[in-house]
Amino acid sequence: MFRNVAELIELTNRDGISISEVMIQQEIEVTGRSREAVLTDMDEKLTIMEEAVRRGIEEDVKSVSGLTGGDGKKLEKYIENGNGLSGDTLLRAVSRAMATNEVNAAMGMICATPTAGSAGVVPGTLFSLKDKLNPTREAMQRYLLTSGAFGLVVANNASISGAAGGCQAEVGSAAGMAAAAAVELAGGTPKQSAEAMAMALKNMLGLVCDPVAGLVEVPCVKRNAAGASIAMVAADMALAGIESRIPCDEVIDAMYRIGESMSETLKETALGGLAATPTGKALESQIFDLSAERT
Amino acid sequence: MKYRSVTEIIGPIMVGPSSSHTAGAARIGRLARLLFDGQPKRVNIHLYGSFAKTYKGHGTDVALIGGLLDFDTFDERIRDAKEHASNANMRVRFHEEEAIPDHPNTVKLRLESDDSAMELVGISIGGGKIEIIELNGFALQLTGHHPALLIVHQDRYGVIANVANVLALHKVNIGHMKVSRKEKGREALMVIEVDQTVTDEIMTSLEKLEHVDQVAKLHE
Repeated sequence: MFRNVAELIELTNRDGISISEVMIQQEIEVTGRSREAVLTDMDEKLTIMEEAVRRGIEEDVKSVSGLTGGDGKKLEKYIENGNGLSGDTLLRAVSRAMATNEVNAAMGMICATPTAGSAGVVPGTLFSLKDKLNPTREAMQRYLLTSGAFGLVVANNASISGAAGGCQAEVGSAAGMAAAAAVELAGGTPKQSAEAMAMALKNMLGLVCDPVAGLVEVPCVKRNAAGASIAMVAADMALAGIESRIPCDEVIDAMYRIGESMSETLKETALGGLAATPTGKALESQIFDLSAERT
Repeated sequence: MKYRSVTEIIGPIMVGPSSSHTAGAARIGRLARLLFDGQPKRVNIHLYGSFAKTYKGHGTDVALIGGLLDFDTFDERIRDAKEHASNANMRVRFHEEEAIPDHPNTVKLRLESDDSAMELVGISIGGGKIEIIELNGFALQLTGHHPALLIVHQDRYGVIANVANVLALHKVNIGHMKVSRKEKGREALMVIEVDQTVTDEIMTSLEKLEHVDQVAKLHE
């Protein structure tokens, strides 16, 4: 099994195969499942993701606390009006990432990628690129496998838990995963995928996990928005031939070390950062008074 | 390496909002129920670290209860788990603990029914992945991913060899094994993760072994 990104890329070079193919072969070896079973599993997850995106941009989703919901839909409408500054593909990645997280915050059904709090970035980016690139269903399944391969490296060498490593470990990892998978979907090389991952994660280093009232809502939904946009830009940069000066594995290692030195108040304890702002505090007491009245 | 399968990164399919605090919590509850071999009547749940600080917002409480009721991570009944618990006559009490645990997402559950009790400690390590790290005071490491055998036995020479012999005879391969004891020569616990299904016949053979007190099996 590949232990790091360098080994993953080495395997693609040795056998002349894509990252998603390495992931499939390894999955068969580790779990004993057939190739078909591996792809079917990804397909079921695609269906869940697509439905979450659809709900988020079509329905009026609202979380129990009332803090989030409706922003993905709002942005989708704005894109349709044609005045977006950033370009439709990038903005759609953002709106669909937010839509997914809004459904998550409303205790709706989602697929964790790699976690629930960061579940918007990978599918958001995919379902925007779907409009742009018109990929086959198998290419979309492979997108998930490629992002999963990079996610495995991060999980084994750093962390994908906000409580252990801050938001950089969740949305940061997701942005890197999505960037790498977008490169493969667009026809880039495995090396370019690794560069995209490195450039996306670099720009998420140090990001703290400071959810208001401890809810996976504020700022999580908008962090997924930024994560998707960074993933898209990093993928474009890598496809243009730009390389990260710091190799991908070293960026992952830096993320781990930063997480270790981060204060506990900034690791999903709702004691610091935005959670500790006057408005954050006010929202917290508002929400918990409200739910206390209800029960 | 802790993470080996792509399904641990892309997945689980789950009810929001948090993979570690909702899906992981549901899995810990469900594994506890499985180890208890049924639904408890009373459960005391002690929350530590980030679990204690943020469980209300993450639905950690309803997820743990849902798991104890055998709901999977994607079961939408999790949202109303408290109601389902009271309908099923399962009484649950939560305790917010101040002690700082080794892992930020730690929970201790004490499950009771009229004639049995069990205490276990679980951690949720990220992306919905969990481990049971303590069972009735024994340290262990149990993920629930593989079929596993739990054998309570007396700490004597030959017991481990005898258990391994029974498994070998039935062509069951051991993937991971851990033995722990509280005190030399007293009660001990074997946790054995295996690659094949453990049949009732194997269970009976194991139960008959000298110095073996109790055998339980675990399948996801």
